[in-house]
Amino acid sequence: MLAGRATANIVRRPFYGQDLILQMDMIGVGSLPITVLIGFFSGVIMALQMSRALSQYGATGQVGQITAITLVREMGPVLTALLIAGRNASGIASELGSMKVSEQIDAMRALGTDPVKKLVTPRLLAMCVTLPLLTIIADFVGLIGGYMVAVPLLRLTTGSQYWNNAWRSLEYNDIAQGLLKPFLFAIIIALVGCLYGMRTSGGTQGVGKATTQAVVVASVWIFIVTAVITRIFVNL
Amino acid sequence: MARQEPKERRRILKFEDVSLVFEEGPPVLDGVSFEIWSGETRILLGAAGAGKTVMMKIALGLLRPTKGKVYVFGEDVTGFDERKWFDVRSYIGVLFQEGGLFDSLTVEENVAYPLLNQARFMTEGRKPTVDSVRPDVQEALNFVELGETLSKFPSELSGGMRRRVGIARGSVTDPELFLYDSPTAGLDPITANTIITLLIKDRALRNTTTAIITHRFQDGHLLANFRYNPESQRLEKLPAGSPFLERTKFMVMQEGRLVFEGTEAELAVSQDPYISKFSMHPATKVS
Ligand SMILES: Nc1ncnc2c1ncn2[C@@H]1O[C@H](COP(=O)(O)OP(=O)(O)O)[C@@H](O)[C@H]1O
Ligand SMILES: [Mg+2]
Repeated sequence: MLAGRATANIVRRPFYGQDLILQMDMIGVGSLPITVLIGFFSGVIMALQMSRALSQYGATGQVGQITAITLVREMGPVLTALLIAGRNASGIASELGSMKVSEQIDAMRALGTDPVKKLVTPRLLAMCVTLPLLTIIADFVGLIGGYMVAVPLLRLTTGSQYWNNAWRSLEYNDIAQGLLKPFLFAIIIALVGCLYGMRTSGGTQGVGKATTQAVVVASVWIFIVTAVITRIFVNL
Repeated sequence: MARQEPKERRRILKFEDVSLVFEEGPPVLDGVSFEIWSGETRILLGAAGAGKTVMMKIALGLLRPTKGKVYVFGEDVTGFDERKWFDVRSYIGVLFQEGGLFDSLTVEENVAYPLLNQARFMTEGRKPTVDSVRPDVQEALNFVELGETLSKFPSELSGGMRRRVGIARGSVTDPELFLYDSPTAGLDPITANTIITLLIKDRALRNTTTAIITHRFQDGHLLANFRYNPESQRLEKLPAGSPFLERTKFMVMQEGRLVFEGTEAELAVSQDPYISKFSMHPATKVS
């Protein structure tokens, strides 16, 4: 229901543009450094792990392909989403939860604004725009991480071979699920954060509880959804 | 700026056998009926958890009763949707127990909020601007003696000041009904009396119908026995037999039920142990 109302509000006036920009800044720009860091190291780890397996088969040239596929299909979207769930599902839930217990949400309704429109819609939209972008950045930085391991560090392959191999291995299919997933994760994170925040009761203690629950529930749903999507795409 | 006292008295708020039950537990409100008429002041007393705040939120349409009917300004609002409630609420001022000030907005933006967001202040579908409402905002803040704090944030203010900003935000729309939820809770006696003085002043200048939740009997006593004299700019005690004494009534809530409704004199002579708790500190203590 919350999802329906929040989505319907996208096309309904009044439109709170300032709130949207503010949220995009908080989620996107605020999460950029940590996303880059995690993306880089997941690429590094992938390449390191694969180097042993691949050298057993004498297929070290394929390191680019393996890194690219695992990053784009799964690691990039899921790791970024878990990161953002930890950082922003909690942030959203605690912010809205504090507003709930200090009766700011009641005050909004009493003073002529719809809290779903004013609070949920901008967060949902901002998340849907920024999470896929952050994922793309994480994927790309991860590939660079993989390159650092594969080429200068372990000399598994040449630079041009790595990038060629990585680039050609990615099919339309991989890109599609690599972008569909963060989009769905964004919806999960934003709505779970908002829902648990707005349902908070029981003072500051309740805010803590809502925050923790939001992160746990969002993370679990991220895993369920990625399993379902992967299952669908494997069959395609 | 004073609203002329209307010749005919109107029924401002009416509850008819209103009950509210949440999913689990006993009813939070149990068959509550009462009426408040224009120009009246209503003091709502009761222990913590008795259902006072819930009752106020039903009157504002923030909670929906599971049973019974609610009338606001003479209109049956029981089945109203949120959009219709927005219009009703724009004629009601409210001060929330927890303040309800937006802590991401400045004092000025907080007080301007209802003017900028309520449809009744739009002209030709256009919202007013912060600049166009500034005189009203300034006046409301001057009234609560916080005219110098426009650009401060609520977190920079003391508890009493936050309450006063809340009062300014509630009164800036010149409401017909003002609901105050525990305006003096957690304040020292001096600040609490300042707040009640403000309410009495507001009631006199705007002729607002007023309902106050409190657990300080002194608050009720002041509101019942004093009025603001605009000439001398002071509170003065109402003489015995003044018709204004009848304007203030007391209600006592106990576990979701309305167990008392009447004047201060009637409250003082109640034999019920729960009800008499709320009249234990008689007039002499307040000056
Ligand atoms: N949203 C809610 N869900 C469940 N119970 C609630 C809710 N809001 C209030 N209550 C319960 O209703 C009762 C009355 O609360 P309230 O009106 O806030 O009391 P008070 O008279 O102190 O203002 C309390 O027992 C409270 O726990
Ligand atoms: Mg209360």
